[in-house]
Amino acid sequence: MPYITGGVRPDWTAYLAAFADAGADLIEVGLPFSDPTVDGPTIQEASCAALARGATPASVLAELAATRAGVPLIASTYANIALRPGFAGDLRRAGVTGLIVPDLPLDELAGLSVPGIEVALLASPATPDDRLAEIGRRSQGFVYAVSVMGTTGERDQLAPSAAALAARVKLVTGLPVLLGFGISAPAQAAAAAAVADGVIVGAAIMRRILDGAGPAEAGAFVAALRAALDGPAVVR
Amino acid sequence: MSSITVAPDAGHLAGRFGAYGGRYVPESLVPACHAVADAFAGAWADPGFRGSLAGLLSAYAGRPTPLTPAPRLSAELGVTVLLKREDLAHTGSHKINNVLGQALLARRMGRARLIAETGAGMHGVATATAGALLGLPARVFMGERDVERQAHNVFRMRLLGAEVIPVTTGSRTLKDATSEAMRHWVTDAGEAYYCAGSVIGPHPYPTMVREFQRVIGEEARRQCAAELPAAVPDYVVACVGGGSNAAGTFAGFAGTAARLVGVEAEGGSGACRGEAGVLHGSQSLFLQDEHGQVKEAHSIAAGLDYPGVGPEHAYLRDQGRARYVTAGDAEAIAAAVRLARAEGILPAIESAHAVAWVIRAAGTPALPAGSTVLVTLSGRGDKDVTTLMAQARL
Ligand SMILES: Cc1ncc(COP(=O)(O)O)c(C=O)c1O
Repeated sequence: MPYITGGVRPDWTAYLAAFADAGADLIEVGLPFSDPTVDGPTIQEASCAALARGATPASVLAELAATRAGVPLIASTYANIALRPGFAGDLRRAGVTGLIVPDLPLDELAGLSVPGIEVALLASPATPDDRLAEIGRRSQGFVYAVSVMGTTGERDQLAPSAAALAARVKLVTGLPVLLGFGISAPAQAAAAAAVADGVIVGAAIMRRILDGAGPAEAGAFVAALRAALDGPAVVR
Repeated sequence: MSSITVAPDAGHLAGRFGAYGGRYVPESLVPACHAVADAFAGAWADPGFRGSLAGLLSAYAGRPTPLTPAPRLSAELGVTVLLKREDLAHTGSHKINNVLGQALLARRMGRARLIAETGAGMHGVATATAGALLGLPARVFMGERDVERQAHNVFRMRLLGAEVIPVTTGSRTLKDATSEAMRHWVTDAGEAYYCAGSVIGPHPYPTMVREFQRVIGEEARRQCAAELPAAVPDYVVACVGGGSNAAGTFAGFAGTAARLVGVEAEGGSGACRGEAGVLHGSQSLFLQDEHGQVKEAHSIAAGLDYPGVGPEHAYLRDQGRARYVTAGDAEAIAAAVRLARAEGILPAIESAHAVAWVIRAAGTPALPAGSTVLVTLSGRGDKDVTTLMAQARL
């Protein structure tokens, strides 16, 4: 599942089709927020760029509503955006089917009302077993396994904590387990796919886009990730 | 679109002040928050811990701090002003009360390091100080803009052995420093202890920091009882950045008839002009635009330059138990100079906001002539001399 920060460039929706053509199973679209406390420098910069262009969560969703991506779209944003009234309707109108809110843990889920949208929960290497089981039970669509104790951002290799976590999550859920945070290169994606059902790649794509990569170039990177996955990462 | 809906039924949950508070953190920090909450609950119920903290507060931090009548200012204003002198606490502000508590807790938890954010640098200095005292290396995140305007405190932190990390994102002030401290905490959650500087952050921080600051209000309550014929002042006033000196002061007077007043910076008035939202781990009131983006605050006082307020203040506001007002930059500078000349006490520019409101409100229905008013002077103005040299037209 490749990620793009919605609104990062005027032509950002063109990347969606490029990612789908490159073999993405799902696409994660970040709705920009002023204080992305779970993101490292690359996605912070992308969010900042989107906001500076005048993008808002609502404008990004409106642009999505007018776009045919061809694969399911998962929105991701922060609690301050996700808890606003009307958000669920905006998601549905945009054709989004799933949602990730990294600063809304299990304990605060009751405050979120997004009927018709699958809310995927995050699991962390620090999550104890009993809590992991509850995450496995309550997550919808897939479980987002956070491969490393840290923020989003590129890393040289797949963290050792990734495989252990993916295995633990697989024990507690029948949902697909997607590994994310720090997966930056095809070889890492392949290593991750050996222990999980799929990978989420964000900062490595956004750095390319921030450096000027157009849809074709970014799509080629996604295609390389796709090729590296040992067999298709079937998500649904 | 309106701001997030405040669910009125959330009051039964731990760490809630009515609907405010909570624990909005990434999954990776949830176990760390649980660990801090459990450790704090154990420590706070342990007479040994309370004794160690009380010992440090008196023998090291210089508590109790005095309650000082301000006779000349009182005569000028027509109200009786009493000053709670947190400016006389070790390191120069109330921040030391909280930090000694949290640093002792970090040691009790076996943590190897302290992480903190700072605005004016007083919390950073206090953290560096407690780190030196207890042998815990401290890493302090500070907005680049604050690094410039509080250079004196940056040097103090480094002198005390702390590492100061300038934060270059966003408004380069307290909001961004707090975000960066939280990002860093995730990477070191197993060994580092996050030492929050105010009554903000995920549960248990707002409650814990208030409990560590409660000493201000409890001392002041006893001192007022000795000083005032009516035992309790009519008004209790404190400045509010995140709201820790105010929360600690108010805690001592919650059960009295005293009217509680929190004074925010005009450009950082979360409680006065904020809307419900979620930032830095809790639901509270934040300055936001119509799309839910958090706005940048603007205040000459780095410690008040924050777009939100701690969740308990949001609750006290909604309940009507405390009132929140603002004071502007120029007014605060003028109040600092006036207090210095009337009483020989130079307050921090943060604290001067509380004094400024008293000066403005005295003799009006907001603070009628003849009232008694307790003002918490949260810190001293030494750190602000460079700003005062540029701003105060003497
Ligand atoms: C002297 C002083 N007063 C007040 C504050 C504001 O903090 P709080 O509202 O938590 O008391 C600060 C923060 O840096 C400070 O240094």
